[in-house]
Amino acid sequence: MNSYYEFKPINVGRWLIWSLFALVLGVVPWLFSSSFSITILAQMGIAIIACLSYNMLLGQGGMLSFGHAVYTGLGSYLAIHALNSISDGSLPIPVSAVPLAGGLAGMGFALLFGYVTTKKAGTTFAMITLGLGELVFAMSLMIPEFFGGEGGVSGNRVAGSAFMGITYGPPIQVYYLTAVYTFFAVAAMFAFTRTPLGRMLNAVRDNPERVEFVGYNTQRIRYTAFVIAGFFAGVSGGLGALNFEIVTAEVVGAARSGAYLLFTFLGGATFFFGPIIGAVLMVLAFVLFSEFTKAWLLYLGLIFLFMVMYAPGGIASLIMMNLRLAMFGFLRRLWVSYLALAATAAVTLLGTATMIEMVYHMQLNSTLGSELLFMGTLLDSKGLNSWFGSVFLMLTGLGLFELCRRQFAKEWEQIQEDIEKEIKRRAAL
Amino acid sequence: MTHALELKNLRKSFGKTEIIRGINMTVSAGERVGIIGPNGAGKSTLFNLISGRFEPSSGQVLLNGQLISGKKPFEINRMGLSRSFQVTNIFPKLSVFENLRCGVLWSLGYRYTFLRFLANLKDANERTDELMAMVRLDKKRDILAMNLTYAEQRALEIGITIAGGANVILLDEPTAGMSKSETSRFIKLIKDVTVGKTLLTVEHDMGVVFGLADRIAVVVYGELLAYDEPEAVRANARVQEAYLGSSVADSQMAGQL
Repeated sequence: MNSYYEFKPINVGRWLIWSLFALVLGVVPWLFSSSFSITILAQMGIAIIACLSYNMLLGQGGMLSFGHAVYTGLGSYLAIHALNSISDGSLPIPVSAVPLAGGLAGMGFALLFGYVTTKKAGTTFAMITLGLGELVFAMSLMIPEFFGGEGGVSGNRVAGSAFMGITYGPPIQVYYLTAVYTFFAVAAMFAFTRTPLGRMLNAVRDNPERVEFVGYNTQRIRYTAFVIAGFFAGVSGGLGALNFEIVTAEVVGAARSGAYLLFTFLGGATFFFGPIIGAVLMVLAFVLFSEFTKAWLLYLGLIFLFMVMYAPGGIASLIMMNLRLAMFGFLRRLWVSYLALAATAAVTLLGTATMIEMVYHMQLNSTLGSELLFMGTLLDSKGLNSWFGSVFLMLTGLGLFELCRRQFAKEWEQIQEDIEKEIKRRAAL
Repeated sequence: MTHALELKNLRKSFGKTEIIRGINMTVSAGERVGIIGPNGAGKSTLFNLISGRFEPSSGQVLLNGQLISGKKPFEINRMGLSRSFQVTNIFPKLSVFENLRCGVLWSLGYRYTFLRFLANLKDANERTDELMAMVRLDKKRDILAMNLTYAEQRALEIGITIAGGANVILLDEPTAGMSKSETSRFIKLIKDVTVGKTLLTVEHDMGVVFGLADRIAVVVYGELLAYDEPEAVRANARVQEAYLGSSVADSQMAGQL
């Protein structure tokens, strides 16, 4: 009867998107070709796999895990041990398969720990994952034979016999290995969302009780998904081990787990591609932003706060909402508002940032004197002028921003109404 | 002969309060049974005991001669018993089609597989389309369940309940909160989709029960006061007394008896 089910008519579009994704992965190292940026790009690939695997739990299964780093981290450890075994000749696998070893490790530990955690859902699940995370982190200091103590475990990725001249010495080769893994992992995780288990996982997220009454064991669904997520987490960890050639205890730590949660949420847990955006931002924040200012974690916290309050669907949902507007041709009505919002937000941010930087300067660099250079301006952290100026900037910005926001909210509502009307009009045609 | 459903001295207590106080009852295959009784009589608890949501304190429930009390809801569902809920219980963030397909998957043997695409499961998708037409939601295929009207959500709930092809269907107040005209249309729908199945339904609207059921069970204070054909129940003096005695419990009943 029905000739279409899900995406049959737009298979072309799907091919296009995936080819584009592959193309991007292949081409970016030519655009950013310094060895530093190539390392960053590889880290992005690794983070993408980690955040997507995390979102399998958070966004698709409604499982708020506070311990995802356990699976990426243990994957890293197993991978670096595998690498060392390859180096001393006791493990006859190619270096390219090391991430898979990490994946199997992640899966194995997810099989073990997940059996306990996925027995429960909701808050209880979250608490158990938190406890398990702490447990594994404590273990990492207790068993130095495996975890390498404070120095961690290091390895050398130039090991075994080189295949077609690929030694994995130069970062670009590791990047391409990471890119290949990223492509297939992303594709596999997307495919997962289109399978019976993937769909039932959404059902469990929405209404676990109902699922029990259509013949499914909700625990089994959560457990299976958890193990699959553990596998991809482990692959990500394994790639991390290859990239850094050293694994320290912080890879299983709570801070790492928190970062996965934070950036998956920031990117947007409700859309498949959201965590990809989140992962890219995560690497940028950790590597670049942290160089730029000592107060980066504070800024990050502020951003997170605003996102949770005003855009709980993350960046992905913002994109999709505006895409919807664009599809109906209403986006252009908003550009003045957007410009005003951006400008006033920038002024507010400038004022706030100036104060934050002055406080940090007073606390950390007071021996260098009270003056500091910020955005090309000389500030005096003990001077009345600097403080008055920044408070003035912040308050003016905030006031204007609020005015713009109210105007924007009105316009936004009006546009949503217009879209509803347009939909009805089209339906009537 | 084995009955489709058999309750043997079923009891359930919450703390010291006994809610279900020894119910014995049999339902033959293909029979439609209406369960009535005042608020708080234990009708919904009875459904929860049968469907495995609660475990009975004592007594047994047999489905086609097999013991099901003590089993988990999903195990009971796989054995061919399916239920709906008094408060609409659907998957709000999934589309109508996805909602129904979730009900179909297990019965067609797809279980926990993640190695096949949903889009390629021809039998599941066709069955879902059929179901969607049966509950008259085929025009709402891709609408999220949370955006449906109340009556449509109730229809979807029935659809999910019958999706797995269970032979014994329990409907907990399927027409609760509907207008008169919606109710009569809905009753026809229920009749249509449960042809040949064993049906138990809890219902407040007496017109509905007497129009739908072959036999009526009257539950009062956790006991089975009467279990007979509609005419006999209507004439039963104890039933009339119980209904007239309780205040809120359905002045409608008094009116319609």
